[in-house]
Amino acid sequence: MLSALTQLLLCQLAGEVIARGIDLPVPGPVLGMLLLFLVLTLRGGPGHDLQTTSQTLLQHLSLLFVPAGTGIMVHLHRVADEWLALSISLLVSTLMTLLVTGLVMQLCAPRSTAPGENP
Amino acid sequence: MTPRINELWVYLSASPLLGLTITLLAYQGAFWIYRRSGNHPLANPVLIAVSVLVCFLLSTGTSYETYFAGAQFVHFLLGPATVALAIPLYTQLKRVKAMWLPVLVGLLVGSLSAALSAVAIGRLFGASLPSQLSLAPKSVTTPIAMGIAERIGGIPSLTAVLVIITGIIGAVAARYVFDAVRLHDPAIRGFAIGIASHGIGTARAFQVNEQSGAFAALAMGLNGALTALLVPLIARWIGLG
Repeated sequence: MLSALTQLLLCQLAGEVIARGIDLPVPGPVLGMLLLFLVLTLRGGPGHDLQTTSQTLLQHLSLLFVPAGTGIMVHLHRVADEWLALSISLLVSTLMTLLVTGLVMQLCAPRSTAPGENP
Repeated sequence: MTPRINELWVYLSASPLLGLTITLLAYQGAFWIYRRSGNHPLANPVLIAVSVLVCFLLSTGTSYETYFAGAQFVHFLLGPATVALAIPLYTQLKRVKAMWLPVLVGLLVGSLSAALSAVAIGRLFGASLPSQLSLAPKSVTTPIAMGIAERIGGIPSLTAVLVIITGIIGAVAARYVFDAVRLHDPAIRGFAIGIASHGIGTARAFQVNEQSGAFAALAMGLNGALTALLVPLIARWIGLG
């Protein structure tokens, strides 16, 4: 677990350095993800340690959004002021994006498979 | 409260221990409910945990800053977790390659419709200009979204809230939307969730299907990059930014 965490943090750090170094609008962790992807391609896959650690981390990805989400308590009044416009916008736009993206992709998809449980 | 309990509370509320512990407790409770409900989308663990925590903090008069001093240890892991998304992506590489055309088209159409429809609907229903600009990056993962909002003249902290709500809406609604139009391919479902509702949608996708999760992760990364490039340009063209 220790070596896996170190590898992940190293990639994030490198991504952060690159993003700030050449002033990219993409955040460090996303660049770090690309870097790790390149490393995996060169190395032919993740080692056992990296595989299991990242699996554990991603299994509880939801947890990691809880502290930021709780920040909503600071903005309760601001959201309350414009709640109608904001909530209609978020709801309709998100449903529309799901629908439009899904349907457009299905139109140009090579073939459809339908195994297993779906989100 | 008796003096001793009072003293204890003063200690606990000033230490990071409490914020960290209640975050983990609230999440574990929420996740237990989610599993017990058979992964029902309405029992979204982020939604439940955040609701419980907000009620707890408001009722005990604890400030968000105090809470976050502890919760930041969990928040920090978002970075390495984002990097770790490379692994499922690598595992699904073959399927991603076979899907390059729908992925590209879906990315472009989805990214534009997420940003433009949010601003247009907000404007239609009378949202203020700073709120409209804060809505534009709502489908993108929090750190990127806040950066975009700042660049185009929105309110970054408001954007953070809108992003989280968007994520929860997408994670909750996706199944019903896709089932309604009989869209069954787990890769396409995952990709659309990642475009519409970033990491929270991706978390939901991973809990249900590994392939959906990988495609959601891919979509989240690509959408973040594309939106960061496109939205400031569009805002300038239409004279908003």
